[in-house]
Amino acid sequence: MKQTPFTLLENTPLTAEVHQLRLRGDCAAVTAPGQFVQVLVPGQFLRRPFSVCDRSGDTLTLCVRRVGRGTETLCSLPAGATLDLLTGLGNGFTLDHAGGAPLLIGGGSGVGALYGLCRALLAAGKSVTAALCFRSAEQIYYVNQLKALGAAVRVYTEDGGAGTRGRATDALALPHSSLYACGPVAMLAALDGLESGPAQLSLEARMGCGFGACMGCTIETAAGARRVCRDGPVFPGKAVVW
Amino acid sequence: MNTNVTLCGIPLDNPVIPASGTFGYGLEFAALYDINCLGSFACKGTTEAPRFGNPGPRIAESAAGMLNSVGLQNPGIDAVLAHELPALAKVFHKPILANVCGFSIDEYVRVAEKFDASPQVGWLEVNVSCPNVHGGGMGFGAAPESAAAVTAAVKRAVKKPVIVKLTPNVTDIAAIARACEDAGADGLSLINTLLAMRIDPAARRPVLANGTGGLSGPAVFPVALRMVWQVYEAVRIPIIGMGGVSCAADVIEMLLAGATAVGVGAANLRDPCAARDIVAALPETMARYGIETLSDIIGGAHHGERRHHRM
Ligand SMILES: Cc1cc2nc3c(=O)[nH]c(=O)nc-3n(C[C@H](O)[C@H](O)[C@H](O)COP(=O)(O)OP(=O)(O)OC[C@H]3O[C@@H](n4cnc5c(N)ncnc54)[C@H](O)[C@@H]3O)c2cc1C
Ligand SMILES: Cc1cc2nc3c(=O)[nH]c(=O)nc-3n(C[C@H](O)[C@H](O)[C@H](O)COP(=O)(O)O)c2cc1C
Ligand code: FES
Repeated sequence: MKQTPFTLLENTPLTAEVHQLRLRGDCAAVTAPGQFVQVLVPGQFLRRPFSVCDRSGDTLTLCVRRVGRGTETLCSLPAGATLDLLTGLGNGFTLDHAGGAPLLIGGGSGVGALYGLCRALLAAGKSVTAALCFRSAEQIYYVNQLKALGAAVRVYTEDGGAGTRGRATDALALPHSSLYACGPVAMLAALDGLESGPAQLSLEARMGCGFGACMGCTIETAAGARRVCRDGPVFPGKAVVW
Repeated sequence: MNTNVTLCGIPLDNPVIPASGTFGYGLEFAALYDINCLGSFACKGTTEAPRFGNPGPRIAESAAGMLNSVGLQNPGIDAVLAHELPALAKVFHKPILANVCGFSIDEYVRVAEKFDASPQVGWLEVNVSCPNVHGGGMGFGAAPESAAAVTAAVKRAVKKPVIVKLTPNVTDIAAIARACEDAGADGLSLINTLLAMRIDPAARRPVLANGTGGLSGPAVFPVALRMVWQVYEAVRIPIIGMGGVSCAADVIEMLLAGATAVGVGAANLRDPCAARDIVAALPETMARYGIETLSDIIGGAHHGERRHHRM
């Protein structure tokens, strides 16, 4: 973990709700895809956790969905703003049990978090399928970005407004050697119930600290109480007691 | 410039003490900075058996503060002595405050006895005030008789100084403070969190799964300061003042109100280096207010008739 100032390079709307933020600063603590940062948002007491979508050199990319006061502020910050970040938080995904054809399933604001993972898996020579699941067509983002990396991208919408009408669980029908998923807890729970092969699920929880000190983010797992911020946010399949 | 204070006979390099539940058992912070710069710290509230605590969400936000309903999640006293404290010994070389919790007087005594035997423990901070656990903490700290009963029982069983940590969720905190002093407490720490809640307007239900939780952070500082002030006038034993402290000037205010040492809680969660930075800023802040020796100002805002305080 590192606490360092970052400069906001770009704040780009991807949809009406989701902004992509590119930030420059010391990224040395960011070591694995699926890790997250804690951002000190002007006007808010607690930091806000966001997955690192990508890291390249001294630049971090975050995708922030506007859902409340903190994210509202972040999405309206101008380029040039300075933000205080805790970086290098959480375990991140491991590529160890990916097999040859990993399937990545992202839901809603969890889609962005799969970008860095996708890049790492492709670099390791895997053939990656990314299933991106949204409520409706207006919420779709990151399809082109993931395609540009070289992944086979499948889009699912609940209302059928774009791509295949369906939900994350429908994507499990795609052939795959392993599953990586990030999205709402109900989606993760449903996937975990159906999937029997190697899986890694990235969870969210309301956090006090984000670095293991407060026990604010604890969940129950088969192995006992675990902190989402420190022992996760990525947990293996069949570990979490939903 | 001199930042030393003495807490129940044990010297501290400075009065800054990260508060229980916001500093774990010290290790996460030791990875970030040398925690030996601190006066001491209070470990997570520890019970006899391991506890999972309350269901999530356990954290909510408020203006200038936060709510928690962690519910005393901890690995239990035996695991703390076997794993956490030995790991801490490698990185922290000062005595700590052991935060003792229990659901019966016997449990308080058993946990306190085990901590008392650890050479790493300097003080027993007996938490009679956690508002999160049904039938536990709140019950003991809410009335002078039960707070005194826990204090007396723990006091009989241990050799180290006993500091009773009080809840602010009472009508007359000074009466409870006096009862603890009369029962043999060597010191008091206050305040624990204020019982509070938030409601999610979209879901139309409380944000915290537990319904209610404890408010802390800068929002509570003036309340905490007022209570330290009142308790200082009611007792002669030393006080650890806490509640919303987030800068060195807050430390000075707490000392002037009557605190001998100062706890820093929620600030550590927002900014993991907060306690270190407060320690570092003490000398320049003392200089700004013309303070040469920090311990000279303890209770310094009280004028008129004052009781003689012990250290
Ligand atoms: C490990 C992790 C990774 C995340 N990655 C992303 C991401 O890449 N993109 C993204 O848009 N969002 C992500 N989130 C969710 C994001 O943190 C919340 O949406 C955000 O904190 C809401 O803040 P707010 O002030 O706008 O909302 P408010 O409702 O005003 O927030 C109030 C409080 O609730 C907390 N909170 C509210 N919703 C959530 C939530 N879903 N998860 C955790 N805390 C919440 C806030 O942190 C804050 O303490 C992630 C959460 C976690 C735990
Ligand atoms: C997440 C969290 C956990 C806490 N756990 C404990 C605990 O286990 N025992 C205890 O005596 N106090 C506990 N407290 C209370 C703090 O030690 C402190 O008394 C209170 O938060 C006020 O200080 P602050 O405003 O600086 O946070 C906890 C507070 C927080 C925020
Ligand atoms: S958020 Fe504090 S321990 Fe996870």
